[in-house]
Amino acid sequence: MNAAGGGRHRRSSNPQLDLGASGITRAAPGREPAAAVPDGADDDVLVRVENLVKYFPVRGGGLIRRTVGHVQAVDDVSLTIGQGRTLGLVGETGCGKSTLARCIAGLIPITSGTVSFEGHDITNLPRRQMQPFRREIQMIFQDPYGSLNPRRRVGAIIGDAFAIHKMATGETRKRAVQDLMERVGLNPEHYNRFPAEFSGGQRQRIGVARALALRPKLIICDEPVSALDVSIQAQVLNLLSDLQDEFGLSYLFIAHDLEVVRHVSDSVIVMYLGKIAEAGPKNAVYDAPRHPYTAALLSAAPAADPESAVARRRIILTGDVPSPIDPPSGCRFHPRCPKAEPLCAEQEPPLEVKLGDPYSHMTACHFPVQAGEDLAAARGQDTRGAR
Amino acid sequence: MTNLAVTFATADGLVRAVRGVSFSVDSGRTLGIVGESGSGKTVLTQSLLGLAPGGEITGRALFDGQDLLVMSPDQLRAVRGAQIAVIFQDPLTSLHPLYRVGWQIVEMIRAHDKSVTKAQAREHAVELLGRVGIPRPAQRVNDYPHQFSGGMRQRAMIAMALSLNPRLIIADEPTTALDATVQAQILELLLRLQRETGTALIMITHDLGVVADIADDVMVMYAGRAAEKGSKHDIFYEPHHPYTKGLLESIPNSSAAADRLKPITGQPPSLIRLPRGCAFHPRCVYVMDRCLTDEPTLAAVGAAGQHASACWLPASAAGLAGAAEELRNRTVSEGRHQAAARVAEEIAHRPEGEGSVVA
Repeated sequence: MNAAGGGRHRRSSNPQLDLGASGITRAAPGREPAAAVPDGADDDVLVRVENLVKYFPVRGGGLIRRTVGHVQAVDDVSLTIGQGRTLGLVGETGCGKSTLARCIAGLIPITSGTVSFEGHDITNLPRRQMQPFRREIQMIFQDPYGSLNPRRRVGAIIGDAFAIHKMATGETRKRAVQDLMERVGLNPEHYNRFPAEFSGGQRQRIGVARALALRPKLIICDEPVSALDVSIQAQVLNLLSDLQDEFGLSYLFIAHDLEVVRHVSDSVIVMYLGKIAEAGPKNAVYDAPRHPYTAALLSAAPAADPESAVARRRIILTGDVPSPIDPPSGCRFHPRCPKAEPLCAEQEPPLEVKLGDPYSHMTACHFPVQAGEDLAAARGQDTRGAR
Repeated sequence: MTNLAVTFATADGLVRAVRGVSFSVDSGRTLGIVGESGSGKTVLTQSLLGLAPGGEITGRALFDGQDLLVMSPDQLRAVRGAQIAVIFQDPLTSLHPLYRVGWQIVEMIRAHDKSVTKAQAREHAVELLGRVGIPRPAQRVNDYPHQFSGGMRQRAMIAMALSLNPRLIIADEPTTALDATVQAQILELLLRLQRETGTALIMITHDLGVVADIADDVMVMYAGRAAEKGSKHDIFYEPHHPYTKGLLESIPNSSAAADRLKPITGQPPSLIRLPRGCAFHPRCVYVMDRCLTDEPTLAAVGAAGQHASACWLPASAAGLAGAAEELRNRTVSEGRHQAAARVAEEIAHRPEGEGSVVA
């Protein structure tokens, strides 16, 4: 954000800097601490992630199993999630969105960077010290079939949270679980049933009840509705939004469906190959995308409206997402980008506010898309399919 | 294809997967079949090709005047692949992992025409891979499926489907496993190839967006039946069946400023224990007395003739939202509506095994 103006006028000198929303703090080049949030807004920030890096070692096949490279799953990502807000995270398979979620939840150790929760640094905390924070951060997973133990009863699955944290016991626990089941729209009498007796949508409600059991402040939803049919998907999305209103929850909402993310989020981050390509308030990102990748992603998603499909010109990208073990030089998107110039292969573009954008809308691109620009007419379109 | 019905006998009872569906596709046209999981859309096309073992199939399926359902397995094998090709959802499991991609295409070609030499078939395979947009096809033809990315595997599947110039391609959720940008590439490819070859295409999908993109005509399926059929325009702008409307309304949509989505309440019914009357009535907001007892059949909506809907609502109910809301107030007494909601609740919570009602 500061890059546009040159000088670093940090802190609250600018009254417009209101990041009460889920905002995105800039990952400054050179790994200096990301500074973007004025002091005044700190009270509202629930989670702050700074320069988070997660590399997975790739081991060779030999006896010694030497590390021969790294999967750069998440590379230098900074973000904040405000209290009671929803931050959407979109990107294609392998862009690192699930890894990022797991790092924030403390499920896997991170390589470098910091994660703080309500001002407490929770980066790579030992198990015992992490325990109190686990109550505050819960997850809902994609697969409503794989994420529930098929041999345990629903009551036990939801009640586990109480058992682990030694909270309610006996009748109290049963009543708490049944209240939760009722709250998420399940019949409390089904307490003793097995997951197999429920449909996909009902199982996802069980997952929601389990996440809700300890009254967390943050729920990380990793593709919570992508396994569900549209009519059921809408039921679960409405439930999530009701719960947010009722309990003041914050969500980190991961999905590949752009319309779903737009519906639930306040702010959106678009990731490509482990990096943030573009981030900002959802309307800014969706209505005026500046990164060519965001524009392509938006134009690729088919809308359930035939006339808009005819009217809209598709930006067809060539090729597939490259391997994160050996990402392209410079801007990671440049081999597929319809606007790529020689500079893009040499220099990595910083994530910064582009001229004319609201200050929290940031784009990592040397040649951002201009309003009214027709990307479909650029290089990408001529080469479609034929190569 | 006329009045096709497929029934599977299982330990729990008869699964009535497809219950009397008729449709037709002309060459050069695309029919989109939309429906949720378990609506019978996949079984419908698999049973055409004898790929639904164990199912009891009735009805007629005419392909170029021949009934596919009475063919002997040998006759059917000659049609399958050569004249009707299928592209499946999962390109990883539909390619054999231990054989080279090129070899699999060669085998496909030679299985139907022994007069083609291996060298000729291979040349054809390279040409096909090039046509579907695989870079350096002469080298990639020797790769194994695992060396291809998801999008490239689907391209290889399409190349294989095209290898014998089929008259009809059935694509069963061909882009569901792919990312959005790759999905756009594949849809573009299918459209281009269809323009070039003039084949008929049946596109089975749960994604209304995909249908809006490439179909000419649309059939919406619910619980093994066609709920509504029509041109793309009819289905998206003049939907008549409440299920079609519900589907369209439950999609998050940026133009709708509404904070809440409008889901369809309840769950799809079990195909073993279908509700009496209209299969959709427990979830329907417009339910009337008649819906609880009589199952509606497809009836024409509007003057054009092609648009048909299986619903007791009058033809004037076509169209989204407003008008229908008013209609609901007129045709449904408050008490009946609550009763229907209760039935829906009971069905949703009914334990397995306490079956009732098969109309």
